[in-house]
Amino acid sequence: MGPGRTPTPTKPRQGAATRGTIGESTPRPDGILKATGEFAYSSDLWHEDMLWGCTLRSPYAHAEIRSIDVGEALAMPGVHTVMTYADLPAETHYGLEVRDQPVLAAGRVRYHGEAVAIVAADHPETARRAAARIKVEYAELPLVTDEATATAPGAPVLHPGRTDRHAAHAPHPNIVHRQPIKRGDVAAARARADVVVRRDYEVGMQDQAFLGPESGLAVPAEDGGVDLYIATQWLHVDRDQLAPVLGLPADKVRLTLSGVGGAFGAREDLSMQAHACLLALRTGRPVKIVYNRYESFFGHVHRHPAKLAYEHGATRDGRLLYVQCRIVLDGGAYASSSPAVVGNAASLSIGPYTVDNVDIEALALYSNNPPCGAMRGFGAVQACFAYEAQMDAVAAELGLDPVEFRQRNAMEQGAVMPTGQRVDSPAPVAELLRRVKARPMPRPGGSADVRELPGGLSNTSHGEGVVRGVGYAVGIKNVGFSEGFDDYSTARVRLEVLGGEPVALVHTAMAEVGQGGVTVHTQIARTELGVAQVVLHPADTQVGSAGSTSASRQTYMTGGAIKHTCEAVREEVFRRGRERFGADHPGWADAELLLAGGKVVTEAGEVIGDLAEILGGDAIDIEKEFRHRPTQPFHPETGQGFGHVQYSFCAHRAVVDVDTELGLVKVVELAAAQDVGKALNPLSVVGQIQGGTTQGLGLAVMEEIVVSDGARVRNPSFTDYLIPTILDTPSIPVEVLELADDHAPYGLRGVGEAPTLSSTPAVVAAIRAATGLRLGRVPVRPEHLTDT
Amino acid sequence: MRVTFTVNGRPQQADDVWEGESLLYVLRERLGLPGSKNACEQGECGSCTVRLDGVPVCACLVAAGQAEGREVVTVEGLAQYADARSRRTTQDTTATQDTTDTTDATTAADTTTATDATTATDTTAAATRQPPPLAPVQQAFIDTGAIQCGFCTPGLLIAADELLERTPDPSDADIREALSGNLCRCTGYEKILDAVRLAAARTTEAR
Repeated sequence: MGPGRTPTPTKPRQGAATRGTIGESTPRPDGILKATGEFAYSSDLWHEDMLWGCTLRSPYAHAEIRSIDVGEALAMPGVHTVMTYADLPAETHYGLEVRDQPVLAAGRVRYHGEAVAIVAADHPETARRAAARIKVEYAELPLVTDEATATAPGAPVLHPGRTDRHAAHAPHPNIVHRQPIKRGDVAAARARADVVVRRDYEVGMQDQAFLGPESGLAVPAEDGGVDLYIATQWLHVDRDQLAPVLGLPADKVRLTLSGVGGAFGAREDLSMQAHACLLALRTGRPVKIVYNRYESFFGHVHRHPAKLAYEHGATRDGRLLYVQCRIVLDGGAYASSSPAVVGNAASLSIGPYTVDNVDIEALALYSNNPPCGAMRGFGAVQACFAYEAQMDAVAAELGLDPVEFRQRNAMEQGAVMPTGQRVDSPAPVAELLRRVKARPMPRPGGSADVRELPGGLSNTSHGEGVVRGVGYAVGIKNVGFSEGFDDYSTARVRLEVLGGEPVALVHTAMAEVGQGGVTVHTQIARTELGVAQVVLHPADTQVGSAGSTSASRQTYMTGGAIKHTCEAVREEVFRRGRERFGADHPGWADAELLLAGGKVVTEAGEVIGDLAEILGGDAIDIEKEFRHRPTQPFHPETGQGFGHVQYSFCAHRAVVDVDTELGLVKVVELAAAQDVGKALNPLSVVGQIQGGTTQGLGLAVMEEIVVSDGARVRNPSFTDYLIPTILDTPSIPVEVLELADDHAPYGLRGVGEAPTLSSTPAVVAAIRAATGLRLGRVPVRPEHLTDT
Repeated sequence: MRVTFTVNGRPQQADDVWEGESLLYVLRERLGLPGSKNACEQGECGSCTVRLDGVPVCACLVAAGQAEGREVVTVEGLAQYADARSRRTTQDTTATQDTTDTTDATTAADTTTATDATTATDTTAAATRQPPPLAPVQQAFIDTGAIQCGFCTPGLLIAADELLERTPDPSDADIREALSGNLCRCTGYEKILDAVRLAAARTTEAR
C-alpha cells in the first residue's frame, strides 16, 4: 500500500458493492465504437443535401483590405454562396475573454491565415477552387513581431480604442495584459546571496496537433435557428459567442457534441463554428466544414512562444533567497485566452519551491504573429522550462546534486506561493523527485540494434560519438479556472426503473475529447447510486454548462457535479422511501443509508427497501450545479490573492543518448511520478501522464511552428511540423501517488496537464548533462548541439 | 468516372467520382465508410491506413481510380478479415496451404458476409457462423487503454494487425518500426505497445 492510500474501510461505503465504480480501471464506454470505426467524429457527419464550406485566408500577416471581388467565385457551377465581412448579419467579432477577433476580416488582416471569406459549394474541391478565385486586393502594413516592435515609439497599434478590462493597467496598447507579483525584498536578498545565476530562455511556438481536424455540420432548423454538431471543448461558450454573431437568441443556437479527435486547448476558441452556421443560415442547406491539416495550422491558436529572463540567488548551503523573472509571451493577433495565460505564467513562475522574496513580471503581447492561447499546461509550461534550467544552473554553481538542491527548496503543504496563497493540500514535491531518482536506470547504451540509437533506422551511428545524459525536473500546475472566475459545472441525473432494473441517465455538457471523462462519469454515477446500469446522454446545450474541458478540471468539476447531483437523487430516494415504508423498519429513521444493488441498505448491511418499489413508475430527475471553492483575482500591482483552486505536481527523470557529432537525440526513458489525489480510473490516469509527457518531449526536441519572413507560418504540415512518433517516444514508467485533497471530490487532483510541464526541462537537462552545453531554447535542434 | 472495387469482401461501385478524389474520400464520403480517418490527408499520420490487395497504404495518397478492380480492407471489415485469417490458419494446421495469401483471406471474409450483403458489416445474423465482433488487436486496444480520442486508432489497428499477420511474436523494436508511420497525439504510445504485445500473446496462445 502506497502512502496516502485510503485505508480499508471498516464499514460498507456507498458504491462498495457495485462493479465499475471509482478506483477501478473500467474500460471506456466508447471503446468498441472507436475500435470498429463506428464512432462518429465531427468530420464523419453527413446530411442529405449538405454543402461543403471552405475558408479563404490571408496570405499576409498585416494588411489593409482594399477590395474583395467575389463575382467569379460566385459564378462557378456548384457554388451556392460566398460571404465576406459585408455579409455578416449581426455582431461581427467574437473571442473567449475579449471579443476582438472578426468573424471575417473587417478591412484589415492581422495575421497570416486570418479568415477573409467563406464559400459553400456542393463538393469540397469546388469550394476550394471557388475560394481561390475570390480576388482580394491587399495593401501591406508594417509588422509587429516581438516586444521591441510592439512597444517602439510609433509602433502600429493593432487594436486601437481598447475597452477591455485589462486595457486600463496594460502599459502599452499592444500589451494584452501584464501581471506583476511582488513579495518580500529582492534587493536585500540579493545582497545576502552567495550565488547569483542570471540567464535568458526562449520557448518556441508549439502546436496542439490534435489528429481530428476542426470540423462540424450546421443544419438550419425550421424555427429559424440552427443545430450545430461540433467538436469543441466547451459547448456553452461556443454558443455564447455564436448567438450574437448569428443574430439569434441563445435558445435557437443548439449545439451537440460530435466525436472529438483530441483537443489539448486548440478547441477552446471558435474555428469553423460561426462560418458553418452563417453559410447554413444563408443557403438554407446543411453545411459541413472540415479543415485539412494545412488549414488546421491556421485554424486554431497555439502555445505562446516566450522569452524569459530569470535571476536566482541562493546561499552557499543551498537555500533559495530570491527569484526575479520577466516572462514575455507572444499572444499574436487576437487576445484569445492570453490574459489567463499571463496570470498562470506569473503565479507559477518560480515553480514548486518556497522562496520568500520574488519580483515577477509576466505579460502577453499583441503582434502580427499567429494568435496564441490555450495549450495543455497553459502558461506554466514556458515558466517550467526556465525555472528548472535555473535550478540546475544554481545547483551546479553550488556544487550540489540537482535533485538534492530541489528537495531542499521544495514546497510542502502549508507553503506560501508568491501570490501569498497558502498551499492547503498535499504538495509532495520532494517525494516525487525521490521516486523518479530511486528508479533503476535503463540499461547502458551501446546497443547493437541501430533502432535503439540516435538516428535510428537512418543508420547514422553504431555508437560512436554517442553520450548518455540524465536530467530531472518537477513542475507545478493549477487545476480549474482561476482568478475569481465563476467556474461551475452542471449535471442532470435521472434515476428510474426500466424492465425491473434501476437505470441512471447522466446528462452533462462535458466535452469528451479523448481524456476519458465519459468513463469516470459512469463510474461516479455507479458509485453514488449503487446501480449497474448507467447511460450517458449525448452532451449538448439542452442541459446547463459543464465549463471547459481544459485546466485539468473536468473530473473535478463535472465529476463533482455528477457526484453532487447523485447525492441529491439518493436523498430523494431515501425521502420517498421514508414516506412510504418508514414505518416498516427502524433503520429508515436512524440508520445511515446506502444505495447498493438496487436496494436501500443500512450501514450495517441490512436491506430495508427496494428501489423498484420505492420509485414504482416514477423517475427522480434532478439537475444541479457544482462549484469549486471561490478564488480571487490577483492584485494588479502586487499580484497577491487566493488565485488558484488546486495545485498539481509531477516530476520526471529523463535519460537520453546524444550523438554529439550529428546532434541527434534519442530519449531512452522518461520516467514520471505524479500525485493525483485519488485515481478514479488508474488506467486513464497513467494514459494522461504518458500522453502529457510525450507532448513535453515533443517541445523539448522537435516541435515548433516556424514563423518568419513577414510573420508567415513556414511549416503548416505534418511533413514539416514534427510530433513524436512511436520511434521517438521512449518507455514512460509512471508512479502514481494518491494523497487526498480534502477540498476536492473524492480527494482527486486534476491530472492532465502537470506531466506536460516537467517533461520538457527534464529532457533538456539530460541533453545538457550529455553535452555540457547551456541550451537556453526549446526545441533543441541538431544545430544547437553541433554549433553549426 | 466510375470506380468498381471490393471493400471488406463486398463489391462496391462509386459513380461520378472526380479524377482527383482519393480512395479515402471515396470510402468516407461516397461509400459511407468513415472509419478510415482524415487527420492529415498528406500521408504523414497513418490514420487512413487500409489494406490494398493486402498491402497497408495511406488511403489519402491513393487516387480512387487506382483502386479499380482491387481489394480494400478498412477498419470496418477488420474483425471479419482477422477472423477469416485465423480460421484459415487453423485449417492450415491440418491441410498444408499457403498462409500468406491475403487475397484468399478476403475471399474467405466474403463468404461469411455475402449471405446478407445489404445489412451493415457487424450484423451478420444470417450467416451460419457468427464471427467475433472484434479482431484480437481491437479487443487488445480496448483492454489496455490504447484508445483515448481514438482518431489514430483505425489506422493503427490496420497497421498492427498487418504486423501480427507477418510477425506473430514481434519484439518491441519490431512494433515500433511497424507503427512508426502512425501518429498518436494522446497516449504517448505506451499503451499501444501494450495492446500489440497483448494481441500477439493472445493470438499465439489461441493457436
